[in-house]
Amino acid sequence: MSAGDACMVAFQSDVGDSGAVCVRGGGTRWEVGGGPDGAREVSAPVGIVALDPAEMTVMVGAGTALSDLAGELVIHGLEVGMKGPSGATVGGVLMVGRSAMRRRRVGTIADVLLQADCVGADGVAFTAGGPTVKNVTGYDLCRLLVGSLGTLALVGRVILRTRPVPARSLWLVGEAEPERVLDATYRPSCVLWDGVRTSVLLEGHGEDVDETAGRLALLGLTATEPPVLPPGRGRWTGRLPSGGVLEVGSGVVHQADDGGPPTVPDGVRRLAGRMRASFDPSGRLNPGRDPYRVAA
Amino acid sequence: MRRMSGRTRDPLLSALISALDAQRVQTGDGARRLYSRDASVIRGGRVGVVCFPETTEEVSACVVAALAHGRDFVARGAGTGLAGGAVPCDEPVMVVLTRMDRILEVDVSRRLAWVEPGVVNLDLSRHLSGTGLHFAPDPSSQQSCTIGGNVANNSGGPHCLLYGVTSAHVLAVEVVLPDGEVVVLGEEEGDSVGYDLRGAFVGGEGTLGIATRICVRLTEDPPDVATLLLDFMSVGAAAETVSAIIAAGMIPAALEMMDQRVVEAVEPFVNAGYPTDAAAVLIVELDGQPSGVADEIRQIKELARVHGARSVRVAAEEGERERIWKGRKSAFGAIAVIKPDYYLNDTVIPRTKLAEVVQRIYEIVEEQDLIVMNVFHAGDGNLHPLLLFDAREAGVMERVLAAGEEIVRVSVAAGGVLSGEHGIGLEKKRFMSLQFSPADLEAQQRLRSAFDPVGRANPAKVLPTGASCGHVTSLGRLPDGAWV
Ligand SMILES: Cc1cc2nc3c(=O)[nH]c(=O)nc-3n(C[C@H](O)[C@H](O)[C@H](O)COP(=O)(O)OP(=O)(O)OC[C@H]3O[C@@H](n4cnc5c(N)ncnc54)[C@H](O)[C@@H]3O)c2cc1C
Ligand SMILES: Cc1cc2nc3c(=O)[nH]c(=O)nc-3n(C[C@H](O)[C@H](O)[C@H](O)COP(=O)(O)OP(=O)(O)OC[C@H]3O[C@@H](n4cnc5c(N)ncnc54)[C@H](O)[C@@H]3O)c2cc1C
Repeated sequence: MSAGDACMVAFQSDVGDSGAVCVRGGGTRWEVGGGPDGAREVSAPVGIVALDPAEMTVMVGAGTALSDLAGELVIHGLEVGMKGPSGATVGGVLMVGRSAMRRRRVGTIADVLLQADCVGADGVAFTAGGPTVKNVTGYDLCRLLVGSLGTLALVGRVILRTRPVPARSLWLVGEAEPERVLDATYRPSCVLWDGVRTSVLLEGHGEDVDETAGRLALLGLTATEPPVLPPGRGRWTGRLPSGGVLEVGSGVVHQADDGGPPTVPDGVRRLAGRMRASFDPSGRLNPGRDPYRVAA
Repeated sequence: MRRMSGRTRDPLLSALISALDAQRVQTGDGARRLYSRDASVIRGGRVGVVCFPETTEEVSACVVAALAHGRDFVARGAGTGLAGGAVPCDEPVMVVLTRMDRILEVDVSRRLAWVEPGVVNLDLSRHLSGTGLHFAPDPSSQQSCTIGGNVANNSGGPHCLLYGVTSAHVLAVEVVLPDGEVVVLGEEEGDSVGYDLRGAFVGGEGTLGIATRICVRLTEDPPDVATLLLDFMSVGAAAETVSAIIAAGMIPAALEMMDQRVVEAVEPFVNAGYPTDAAAVLIVELDGQPSGVADEIRQIKELARVHGARSVRVAAEEGERERIWKGRKSAFGAIAVIKPDYYLNDTVIPRTKLAEVVQRIYEIVEEQDLIVMNVFHAGDGNLHPLLLFDAREAGVMERVLAAGEEIVRVSVAAGGVLSGEHGIGLEKKRFMSLQFSPADLEAQQRLRSAFDPVGRANPAKVLPTGASCGHVTSLGRLPDGAWV
């Protein structure tokens, strides 16, 4: 079966135990955190291994296109709390670690990954996390891996938490303060503010969505198409850059270009340095790439 | 307390006393004994010295002093842990955080709060009443346990089925690292900058440093809540209903199961109207907006009927809701009338295996001639078999341990994990290799050594390496108001 054990063995041997190496996913953000300095590129296994709707989990090769996974899940009325551009892979989206715009409903990307079958810098295969939706056994390596840009381990296969797709989704927009929109709604999936207009995504039972939309109509909000956001990201500093859109409550600003990397205190930097050296003492995984050189 | 002669001549003590003060550095027999145990069945060694810091700087000073004098240090909250995480091994410096109990800031509009680690879980929720917000993790020990302990154990509770366990509710945490350095991990808003070191720290069981300030996410109170009581003639039928609810695409706020022995024990206490002849009951809580809740009630009634529920009761008003939950929360109190001692296990299995594994647990317990009560978080497959016994009976501890070990083995063999809530501590580290390969454990050690290169932070816990310490004996009392 695809992305099954045989593929994992092949992935491990592709990674090997020497020479600079990295996984190339869809290449949709290949320059993120700096280039991979000419490291050998390998691919992660592709395909859905096991989908169990009654467990609300799915096991999938990290090289699978996120859109292929989403297409299969939706047949079962399920989704994962991840988002990426066309061509992005499950592994790439996890390793870049940016939460979906609907994080208020689907949770942050850190909550999605339950188990990861990896190959370490020494070429040895190991498993992080566990297959169940609840698990506090040992250290939370999964959270450490999300957003690590493939600098701690290379990921071949993962188990993800799935969620039911909402029965109804509706975007509304209007000239109202985001705070007033939040006060008039219960756990909206997303709230955006462009400096003048507030957009809100309502999801859930149809009648609840209609009822809330009715309340928001009083604030002047009307139905609209899903917004198209600018491709870059920055962190909210209290002012919107021109053309920027704030994702209210997440601190993320969607803007034309990526913002600069945030400043990181020395102590955190040192701890991060020890972490990287601990997992990859010889510096062979994604050399040149730095997770601290990424915008919001 | 009085200074003992020679006390200040001990260089470690002098360092600690000059960093704190003589009252808050205790070496008396009483303190050392009191702080040598938690709520688990584990006995370790003795505490070296007990410290009660009140600031981050004082915590750091305790850690630095321990390090300088070649001692381990162990962080401690309320000591309600069930895996021996706060139990001392090698005369460590015990850093008790209960005096750091201030709620520092509540930001209602941004839905977050900064708290000190010694804040009791329920106190935060009480403090928030009237704001329309609450702190979602609701461990059954919430009247006693601290938020620092919740962070260290990544604790859960009934309502974590929908809202997620502690890790999903911790935005940032100020940590005194094992070398005494103070860092803030995580951000008030947004995805992690660089590595998610906050995520790595949560669940570290005191082996990665000491949390001194915590920024928690606050959750909106739901506009509508419904509590249902379903009763079944077999545990299997109840378990199938759990799977069917999840498979139908519903995530209730809570989905709890109690077996007949629990129901029989608690009903006389609470008069919740539980059917005492039922083999199992399910408590299902639904929350959200009214139409969605009403629709889910309809669906659950239908699923329950299809899977052979005898009755489905929807609590008609708040008082009835509270009585249904009170029964669930009284389980622990009720056991005392059956047997004086207990051992509470904690494993997770795939939800679709519930019927099969619970049946196996009954058999295992019967083989060991013990009594078990099953009251657990069925919605996420988190089993809590509660073994009851009388420790005065000769040889009973061996049987309790044998049953506990077999329950862990059966859970892992069913595709499950060692712990869903209580952590590994001393209790389960010998089982780690059941679930993990040597390479898996080595990767976990890499994470740990980055935080604690010298291995002074609660060193004997979690990973099955290093010195062994601790043995299991019978347990004494429960914290006030605690429930399983
Ligand atoms: C700051 C920022 C904000 C973003 N915001 C959004 C957004 O709001 N919405 C949206 O849809 N997209 C967003 N993206 C884009 C999205 O996250 C990436 O395009 C996508 O995750 C990359 O997937 P990919 O398969 O193309 O990875 P690639 O571009 O191929 O690789 C990206 C990185 O991940 C590593 N990697 C990939 N696979 C693995 C693996 N299996 N194991 C180990 N390492 C691996 C690579 O080595 C590389 O370091 C954002 C990206 C960034 C950097
Ligand atoms: C009756 C009963 C019911 C329970 N129900 C639940 C439940 O429903 N869900 C659940 O998850 N747990 C439950 N527990 C277990 C326990 O209450 C939790 O693990 C709780 O979070 C421990 O908090 P504490 O303050 O008592 O920590 P302690 O027992 O004092 O310490 C626990 C661990 O955390 C570490 N620690 C404590 N404070 C800090 C800090 N500030 N920084 C770093 N490390 C620290 C300690 O070193 C130790 O390893 C229950 C326990 C009892 C007795």
